[in-house]
Amino acid sequence: MNWQIHLPALALAIPLLGAFASPVAGLGGRSIRNAWMVFISIATTAICLLLLNRVLAEGVMVYVMGAENWNLTLPSGLSWPIRIILQVDAFSAFMAVVGSVAALAGAFFSLQFMDKFTGLEKFSALYFLLVTGMLGMQLTGDLFNFFVFLEIASVASFGLIAFWRDRPEAVEASFKYMVISTLSAMFVLIAVGFLYGRYNAVNIAAVARMMHMGYAEKIALVFLVVSLTMKCGTVPMHMWTPDAYAEAPAGVTCLLVGVSQASLYGLFRVCFSLYGVSLGSTVVPWTIIVMGVLSMFIGVTMAVIQKEVKRLMAYHSVSQIGYILMALGVGLLAIRDPQAMAEYGFTAMKGGIFHILNYTMYKGLLFLTAGALFYSSGSRNLNEMGGLARVMPHTTFMFVIAAAAIAGIPPFNGFVSKLLIYQSTFAVYPLLAVVALVTSVLTLASFVKVFQTAFLGPARKKFEHATEAPGSMLIGMSILTIVIVAITLFPTWTLSHLVEPAAKALVDQAGYISAVMGGGL
Amino acid sequence: MTGNAPFLVVGIIFFLGLYAILFERNLIKIAIGISLLEASANLLLIVLGYRSGGSIPVFTLAGEVKTMVLPTPQALTLTAIVIGLATSALLLSLIMLLYRHYGTLDVREIRRLRG
Repeated sequence: MNWQIHLPALALAIPLLGAFASPVAGLGGRSIRNAWMVFISIATTAICLLLLNRVLAEGVMVYVMGAENWNLTLPSGLSWPIRIILQVDAFSAFMAVVGSVAALAGAFFSLQFMDKFTGLEKFSALYFLLVTGMLGMQLTGDLFNFFVFLEIASVASFGLIAFWRDRPEAVEASFKYMVISTLSAMFVLIAVGFLYGRYNAVNIAAVARMMHMGYAEKIALVFLVVSLTMKCGTVPMHMWTPDAYAEAPAGVTCLLVGVSQASLYGLFRVCFSLYGVSLGSTVVPWTIIVMGVLSMFIGVTMAVIQKEVKRLMAYHSVSQIGYILMALGVGLLAIRDPQAMAEYGFTAMKGGIFHILNYTMYKGLLFLTAGALFYSSGSRNLNEMGGLARVMPHTTFMFVIAAAAIAGIPPFNGFVSKLLIYQSTFAVYPLLAVVALVTSVLTLASFVKVFQTAFLGPARKKFEHATEAPGSMLIGMSILTIVIVAITLFPTWTLSHLVEPAAKALVDQAGYISAVMGGGL
Repeated sequence: MTGNAPFLVVGIIFFLGLYAILFERNLIKIAIGISLLEASANLLLIVLGYRSGGSIPVFTLAGEVKTMVLPTPQALTLTAIVIGLATSALLLSLIMLLYRHYGTLDVREIRRLRG
């Protein structure tokens, strides 16, 4: 079992190898390129699962790049960490698993979905670069490397969103996303500069240990919160989300959903582990809660009126991100008060983290089914579709599962996490729970609309030659469907074995610091 | 010696860049704004690591000196410059594609995606 200490590094090295060897695999023709893509995706997911398994068993893992020893965080008696440190706690490993499963499904789906296009070796290179960036953001223990991986993920996603570069809309969406994410990356860099200037360190644990709220820290916090909420697409900085999600190829959108979770991860790593109890006032938690409420409501109301399938679903991601932000904001509100934490804070965090898992799975699946609809019918406009359930029974079945999950219909997994969020936010301020419930109803309404217009109705003349999505696309969708059904059947197991350790790890700031800094706290 | 003047310059460049991104209508000018923002972030890092009268932070080349400037921000800046190069190149190539598709660089006319 000794090789398992290298798991954090392997989780980054394997997709990186996959990215740079893709052009080579592409030389061997279509089947070798596809086999390579499948192999790397499965290997990455397996590594992330092993990583989660080990972290749950043995606690926080650190991995020092370039040192004599992998766990030598403080070399030769120094009291500050040097070198590049990866730090994986239960929350990071949980996010890495969620992201890599979305990447696996997206990769399978893309095999046949992208088959008729050229330049696919570049596609798979960018795809795995995006996976590397996402996993890097989630596994690193260093603020500057967070910036580097953020940029790797951003640059890869610009290329992937504009992959159909003969479509003006795709280039336009990519440009919009590029301006937003370069801006937010620069904000992160400036925040890193402020923290470095104060503490002479860029390691999260080292900075967190010395954290003492002053002007520089407040400025850095504002920059970090603004940039990371911008990157995960919350109102009022959500305008890139519908464009980018709708214009990217469907398999990529599924991965982009996972990547936006990495920014969300960064936000909560900063709020809980970097600042933690020294946040002081309730301004930041309430800012996050208010942004969450606005995203939920505005996102869903914009979604109801959309006519394009993927755009509609993209607005739903804005509203689903709102749920997660609201829940974790409530958790942040309770961080200084153990009693409040026990009463509602921890429930909210469990709900939020569970919702991250659920959201990535069902939203990824919804985007994939939208891609399958586009593949078979050749259209993205709901008004032009109809009666597709007759020709696409498997896709219809999986769409119904995903739609029921996102609308929070019991007993599906979305219901469990939403219930936890309702319960806990009601204890803080009942209006929050009311808005969340209304959002849920509107979500159901808009998915009923999609289901009714696209799948039901009489068979249309122009779709008589439409067929079911081909094999690999169905495999990609089934992966996510199986995960959704599994969580639906075993919510208690998921809560106690995956979600609770992640929530505990996020709250336990001292544990996060002492893993790098030794027992010096 | 220079006091806080470099930080003032960082602030000026930062707000110039932000202004260009928010209010300019030409895509090239937006790209220039992004480059300015990158420059201000890099300058901030370099200024943070500067110690007056310090020498280069390479132990074997610096010779007999008492103070060195901090090496970490320089390493960070180098990385950030390389990343900035990649994003600038991609940004300009996307602008080129947009011009080919829309025949204009005016952001008010490049808006097929809305609502």
